[in-house]
Amino acid sequence: MQLDTEFVPSQKEFMDAVWHAVTQLYGEYGASLTSLALINYDVEQKLAIVRTNLTTVDNLRAALASIISISGKQAAVHVIAVSGTIKALCVKLRE
Amino acid sequence: MKRTYADLHLRVNTKDTAITTRTIQKAAALGYKLIATPFHPQALPEENLNLQDACKQAGLDYVSRVDLRPRNQNELLSQLRKLRRKFEIICVLCETKEVARQAAKDRRVDLLNFPMLDYRDRFFDRAEAELASSSLATLELDIKPLLVLEGPARIRFLSGLHRETQIAKDYHMSIVVSSGVSDPMHLRKPREMAALASLFGLEGTLALEAVSQNPTGIVKRNREKLSAKFVAPGIRVVKEGKDC
Repeated sequence: MQLDTEFVPSQKEFMDAVWHAVTQLYGEYGASLTSLALINYDVEQKLAIVRTNLTTVDNLRAALASIISISGKQAAVHVIAVSGTIKALCVKLRE
Repeated sequence: MKRTYADLHLRVNTKDTAITTRTIQKAAALGYKLIATPFHPQALPEENLNLQDACKQAGLDYVSRVDLRPRNQNELLSQLRKLRRKFEIICVLCETKEVARQAAKDRRVDLLNFPMLDYRDRFFDRAEAELASSSLATLELDIKPLLVLEGPARIRFLSGLHRETQIAKDYHMSIVVSSGVSDPMHLRKPREMAALASLFGLEGTLALEAVSQNPTGIVKRNREKLSAKFVAPGIRVVKEGKDC
């Protein structure tokens, strides 16, 4: 996913925003079903790769779309690609 | 076949050229091919031309739209008579039940928008859906309140949207999901809009259609009607001249 911000959020700030959005929309039980985990975060390019269950991909997409701020500053998170494996994801991104 | 994504409710301030251009460029970058912005009666003709130029440069198809906010039924009918042939999209902001009912049964109305956030002031019920299903009116749902509201207000709003979506589905009424945003940072990709629409019961293909086929279908139908060759539904001029 690509972060659309005018500042560079730290890894913790980014994940806090993601968890906040997921728990706000689906609650703690719903968030537990996502098995959400950060795989990679490129601060310079503002790119992040997260892992989630196949069944909760759409839920996570909605939660990410609902993010309007990170650490109180305006931000948006856009999903660039979704894939089953990181290898395939990298291929998709290169394309 | 690749979908053509549309956002029929992009609220830009035409006086602020920089933000308007940025918003339009962002919409194009996010994957939209067609956008509509409500016409401001106070806007100068050159501001509207600038808007159209910005869309052209960004590779977007610009659709003219007007939002009517009548106080009663007579005012709505008078505005429809004046404006129907001047705009490609006519949206009625239903703030009273009387206006909502008239707008739902009038075939000149394209979109029904309920701008009030309080569910008691949103008049989209079964009677409204039944009237709208026999005319051409489509229910327009804006995503913006979902992004900016928080806590109980968002819960109540979501619950209202869920109810309205279910009613529209029951009466086979089509739904258009628009952004309704004025800030470019609040713009979302079409698939993200569809994902947000799943929060109120529009899932999978239906959600994607609400940001692609449904809005583009309205524009296509109205452009055909506004063209000089249109005579009546199903009848159009194919050839003119003495040899016909």
